[in-house]
Amino acid sequence: MTHHPRPEATALDLSWVHATTINRSAVERRCTSHVARRSVKQDYQLAWLLRAITCIDLTTLAGDDTVGTVQRLCAKARQPVRHDLLDALGMTTQTIHVGAVCVYHEMVSTAVAALAGSGIPVAAVSTGFPAGLSPFETRVREIELSVAAGANEIDIVISRRHVLEGNWQALYDEIKTFRAACGDAHMKTILATGDMGTLTDVARTSLVCMMAGADVIKTSTGKEPTNATLPVSLVMLRAIREFHQRTGQIVGFKPAGGIRTAKQALDWLLLVDDELGREWLDASRFRFGASALLGDIERQLEHGITGRYSAANRHAQQ
Amino acid sequence: MVTDIFNAMSIGSAPESAAQANEWLDGHNRSFGMYIGGAWVHNEAAGRFDSINPSTGKVLASLTQASIADVDTAVAAARAAFPRWSATPGHIRARYLYAIARQIQKHARLFAVLETLDNGKPIRESRDIDIPLVIRHFYHHAGWAQIADTEFAGYAPVGVCAQIIPWNFPLLMLAWKIAPALAAGNTVVLKPAEWTSLTALLFAEICHDIGLPAGVVNIITGDGSVGSVLAHHPDVNKIAFTGSTAVGRRLREGSAGSGKALSLELGGKSPFIVFGDADLDAAVEGVVDAVWFNQGQVCCAGTRLLLDERIAHDFTMRLTRRLHTLRVGDPMDKTIDMGAIISERQLERIRHYVELGVAEGAVCHQPSLNVSEQGFYYPPTLLTNVHPAATVAQEEIFGPVIVSMTFRTPAEAVSLANNTRYGLAGSVWSQNIDVALDVAKQIKAGVIWVNCTNQFDAAAGFGGYRESGYGREGGREGMYEYLKAVAQPIIMPTPTFAFQSADAHSGPEIDRTTKLYIAGKQARPDSGYSRLMRTPDGDVIGEAGDGNRKDIRNAVEGARAAAGSWAGTAAHGKAQILFYIAENLSMRAAEFAQRIATEQGIAIDAAAGQVESALQLWFSAAAWCDKYDGAVHHTPNRTVVMAIPEPMGVLGIVAPERDAFVGATALLAPAIAMGNTVVLVTSEQMPLSVLELLTVLDTSDVPPGVVNLISGNRAALTKTLAEHSDVDGIWAVADAATRSMIERSSIHNLKRVWALADENDAWRGLPATEFLRQATQWKNIWLPYGA
Repeated sequence: MTHHPRPEATALDLSWVHATTINRSAVERRCTSHVARRSVKQDYQLAWLLRAITCIDLTTLAGDDTVGTVQRLCAKARQPVRHDLLDALGMTTQTIHVGAVCVYHEMVSTAVAALAGSGIPVAAVSTGFPAGLSPFETRVREIELSVAAGANEIDIVISRRHVLEGNWQALYDEIKTFRAACGDAHMKTILATGDMGTLTDVARTSLVCMMAGADVIKTSTGKEPTNATLPVSLVMLRAIREFHQRTGQIVGFKPAGGIRTAKQALDWLLLVDDELGREWLDASRFRFGASALLGDIERQLEHGITGRYSAANRHAQQ
Repeated sequence: MVTDIFNAMSIGSAPESAAQANEWLDGHNRSFGMYIGGAWVHNEAAGRFDSINPSTGKVLASLTQASIADVDTAVAAARAAFPRWSATPGHIRARYLYAIARQIQKHARLFAVLETLDNGKPIRESRDIDIPLVIRHFYHHAGWAQIADTEFAGYAPVGVCAQIIPWNFPLLMLAWKIAPALAAGNTVVLKPAEWTSLTALLFAEICHDIGLPAGVVNIITGDGSVGSVLAHHPDVNKIAFTGSTAVGRRLREGSAGSGKALSLELGGKSPFIVFGDADLDAAVEGVVDAVWFNQGQVCCAGTRLLLDERIAHDFTMRLTRRLHTLRVGDPMDKTIDMGAIISERQLERIRHYVELGVAEGAVCHQPSLNVSEQGFYYPPTLLTNVHPAATVAQEEIFGPVIVSMTFRTPAEAVSLANNTRYGLAGSVWSQNIDVALDVAKQIKAGVIWVNCTNQFDAAAGFGGYRESGYGREGGREGMYEYLKAVAQPIIMPTPTFAFQSADAHSGPEIDRTTKLYIAGKQARPDSGYSRLMRTPDGDVIGEAGDGNRKDIRNAVEGARAAAGSWAGTAAHGKAQILFYIAENLSMRAAEFAQRIATEQGIAIDAAAGQVESALQLWFSAAAWCDKYDGAVHHTPNRTVVMAIPEPMGVLGIVAPERDAFVGATALLAPAIAMGNTVVLVTSEQMPLSVLELLTVLDTSDVPPGVVNLISGNRAALTKTLAEHSDVDGIWAVADAATRSMIERSSIHNLKRVWALADENDAWRGLPATEFLRQATQWKNIWLPYGA
């Protein structure tokens, strides 16, 4: 994630935050309409699906993760698609690997070792993921430890209570502290939008996160009752655009949780393309937080190449 | 290839197949007759014409130009089918409409593809918007047919309907016309626009296939001249037209005095208002939905962008950015936002207006186009630096062009929004519900969309104010356009009490001067002349002012000045005043009976009966003030659609000659009860008792200007009133010649006319709700919600 200068924290601009309101019905109409307005077919679909793979943060965040399962995941991250399929697509000269591997702190060193030389960054969820309610000092220390263990990216969770209590200053201060703890590691701030009651809060929180120096804003932990949705994503994308236009800073976006099919992945990419532009269709600015998505994309790729519907057992397990 | 796309991340095309539509066209040798009397008629007496695919400029099919004889045959077929169809039980009519809905649903993609080939609109729109709305319309009206007998008791079908529809939503406009007509028990002859007839012909096949009785639906094809012949056919009972205001005017003129019912859905220049507290990105998409939908060829398109000064610059930046992400091109490509303009002629018209706008000082924002040379394409266009005086701010362009202006306050936004001859629709964007609803209520238009735009549903009425036409399509409001109220034998009861006659006068009376009543003042006529009034036996009973056109002018000014506050007076307040009128009239019942008896030369008991009826009419009107409610329509989305009956505004009333006092009351009372202000032309022969009413009104807290009473030369006064541009509607109980004159004179501002025959007194038997319906126009406010 180094193709553009990292965003830096700016002052907390509460008048901007408070002036931001979102009309839910209009957002939903736009999402419904957009999905029907854009479509990629045949070679275009295959190319876009490959692009989607390069944007996946291949994730395992399970209580029963072991060194073995993480190593297996890393192997898949290095080679997400069968060679013969890539050859058939003429992608021989291009390296196709996922955007990152995302794990808990305890698995960071395993992942770093397994991915050595691949250029694939390791991301660690942090700050008391997923609830973010462990002691503040512990949360900051957790970031430092993951960075020390070799994590290149830190996915932090915000204190949702600051949003629900309208305490933007506290939210801003917290995130700014997290960003300082990240050092050179990139910080993705997880809004956990499923815990928020309104899209207006999603938009305002997005702005505060960016003002506090987030490299990426991310929808969900994957553990909330509702995770990434197109309407929430649209609101966050528009916040990124507005922030870019007003400050010149480039912030990335990561929808996470619930994106399981190739069709969904295309919907997201097409929305990002229309709202932010082609520059954002790149792992440096866009990621999917997903564990099951890759499998469906592999099947769709094989179908696109052979004309025959595929099956899960024909593609390597992650 | 995949590698290149992977690096460029371009989108490519996703073409919809035209194979099955072509197969259907080829199956007819790309040559079509017309569907008349349940059979396909191939008659080339009047020649043929081609239907062109606007995206390629190529011929799709050859169609028949209907001859005058064809029109006769079609109307005769509809006439022949009418008795049986109108007597067919509602449930059976419902079955037919349901079958139509199901058939279209089953062939939805064929309809969509054919529509796109013929019209040039994106396949996404015909597939996701037009055809689903068509299906929904037939389902909804199958329901109305089922319950019509009970829901519209006292109403009967109108008869044979001539329906003329435009090219912008060919099948949808057909559905809006045919579904309610059939549900109500009418038979129809429909003429689609000559540029887009194909889906109507496919529809005719479906009618045939489901066994719809012959003659119930007839489809004839041809240009505007066919429409004109059809509309003017003497055996047509109702004309329903959607199209340009110019053609609408000609239809009004041509049908004047014919007794034909008329509904017109005409042009617009609708406002799109964005307040500083709006969700601006949402409003940007709103503009896309408003004017870059169907290539802007939408009568209700929000084409006047009114921007709060505090966000005008920001919003313009966002909108110009969005201009460049729209994809224009082959409408059969599923990745296209905008397809082709309907014809070369329309394309030229759009170019002309944009050039004119720039010449008048506008700044033009457009993306460059990359489209086929043969097709009729035009880029999405934003004109900034436009002022209300500019041609492009006033004229309907009917293309993907929006013009922007700024405002400072909600009041100024409303004022700019209403600064138009049209009144079809409006769109209001604000996150403040107080501001949004306040502005929605004040915009003079039939449909207001809050934080959305171009939303349609079969359950919600659609139609305009002012020169955007009259009548509604959709929902209960729309059904009434295809029904006529059946007069019941009695509305004015005979007196039920023994009337005590006034004592005989002794000695000379004090000289009585009955004045006109203008803007709350008892006014002498501008002419300075009075007319001597006599009893039918020739005895002089007094003088009445000889009103002239200036009195009408003053009265209309008074009525206009009062219109806003009277319409805004709470229903309870209006009811109190109307009850009070009755109370004060009741106190003088004997005196009024005497006046009426003398003036009309009738028995005192009969005169007392008129006063008693008048009291009941005032009570009835007072009762209805707070009971003629609106509705909340059941539309499919998470949206509240409030249907609100609003007053017409300034209403002219030409009161009957016969039973002048109670006749005037029967019209006046419901008109003001619904919030209109009235300029009433009294009976010419017997004006005195009506004019005397002003003393009752004066003592009953009726605000100045709400009621204006003018006596004099009835024909001259009526003409002035009918021609007046600031009169919104006119009611008349008059002879055929006067009715015709009124309809003709009302053309230029398209005021709504309710012309009742005075040859018999049948109008008196109409239900009270029919008077209320005529006194109001429906506004539908769409309010989507969600936290």
